[in-house]
Amino acid sequence: MLLLLLGIIVLHVTVLVLLFVSTIVSQWLVNGGQTADLWQNCTSGTGAIFQCLTSSTNEWLQSVQAMMILSVIFSVLSLFLFFCQLFTLTKGGRFYLTGIFQILAGLCVMSGAAIFTVRHTDWHEASENTSYGFAYILAWLAFPLALASGIIYVILRKRE
Amino acid sequence: MALGAIGDGRLLLLLVGLLSASGPSPTLAIHVYTPREVYGTVGSHVTLSCSFWSSEWISEDISITWHFQAEGSRDSISIFHYAKGQPYIDDVGSFKERMEWVGNPRRKDGSIVIHNLDYTDNGTFTCDVKNPPDIVGKSSQVTLYVLEKVPTRYGVVLGSIIGGVLLLVALLVAVVYLLRFCWLRRQAVLQRRLSAMEKGKLQRSAKDASKRSRQPPVLYAMLDHSRSAKAAAEKKSKGAPGEARKDKK
Repeated sequence: MLLLLLGIIVLHVTVLVLLFVSTIVSQWLVNGGQTADLWQNCTSGTGAIFQCLTSSTNEWLQSVQAMMILSVIFSVLSLFLFFCQLFTLTKGGRFYLTGIFQILAGLCVMSGAAIFTVRHTDWHEASENTSYGFAYILAWLAFPLALASGIIYVILRKRE
Repeated sequence: MALGAIGDGRLLLLLVGLLSASGPSPTLAIHVYTPREVYGTVGSHVTLSCSFWSSEWISEDISITWHFQAEGSRDSISIFHYAKGQPYIDDVGSFKERMEWVGNPRRKDGSIVIHNLDYTDNGTFTCDVKNPPDIVGKSSQVTLYVLEKVPTRYGVVLGSIIGGVLLLVALLVAVVYLLRFCWLRRQAVLQRRLSAMEKGKLQRSAKDASKRSRQPPVLYAMLDHSRSAKAAAEKKSKGAPGEARKDKK
């Protein structure tokens, strides 16, 4: 029982960490020495000198930023609600609220990453060398994990 | 002897200090303030605001001047002048019948409004205020950009999406909880009615059991149903204590 609880919490914290890193680190696109999005476009000059400018003010980029921030908010709320419901739910009750918020977080990440994939050429000229950075990959990784975590919460019944 | 020398030195210092204080000081000047950039859409109007601060009283001799330097041009032409309480608006140049004086020197405001914007209005506007005897000061410049569509400020889309989704989710959760609360209350009311009916029927059945023979089956059926429903409700509401009672037994 305790092992199950620990496993669930570890999964939730993993999702949270993935979401945080993906949102905060500005490395959704990589082009040689340049990294771009979500918040800054940086070029590494000679040595380790970084020159950073704020990213474009395009509405689609703003919506991607909004979706990532929302996913982080929902995941944090879900963790908080999980601990609340752990102590207040009746025996046999299900963690509906926690699961729903975690599933919402997963959906937000998915929509943010999808919008970025489709629309990133609006504010970056497409070039052959651009590839997706690790923050983008982490966002796509966080989506199935968040969904799985949310579904586990919805199925789980409170014991003891 | 020594004391006298010190006294002389102090007097000299005081004199020097007074002399330096009476010279040009940064507060004794006129300060003019305008925004750096102003955006306007073609065909609409835009307000070029100019405010100033003067250390002297606002006198009748105050003069406010607006100059315009078109984008790519080196000439700065005068388009507005206010002197001796009278505004003089451009009525022969490119701003003919398009400019409006909305300032009030008494309120330290020297703003003008330009109507019916066009792409030729792109450029730098300079506001210059002189309030005799306070005439030393820097004039201030504002650059006008005339665009087809004024771009929305950064963060409007971001904030509205976040706020809208959070509000929606909060509303949905509140509605679901309200519905559940109402449904539970209705259940409790129905339960009370059923138990009251059961009590009444029990009393009546005890009296008429000997007299009527056909009624009992119906009454028993009702009693059984109400008892089972009551038992199910008790099981749901009293979780742990009920189990504890079972354990004790």
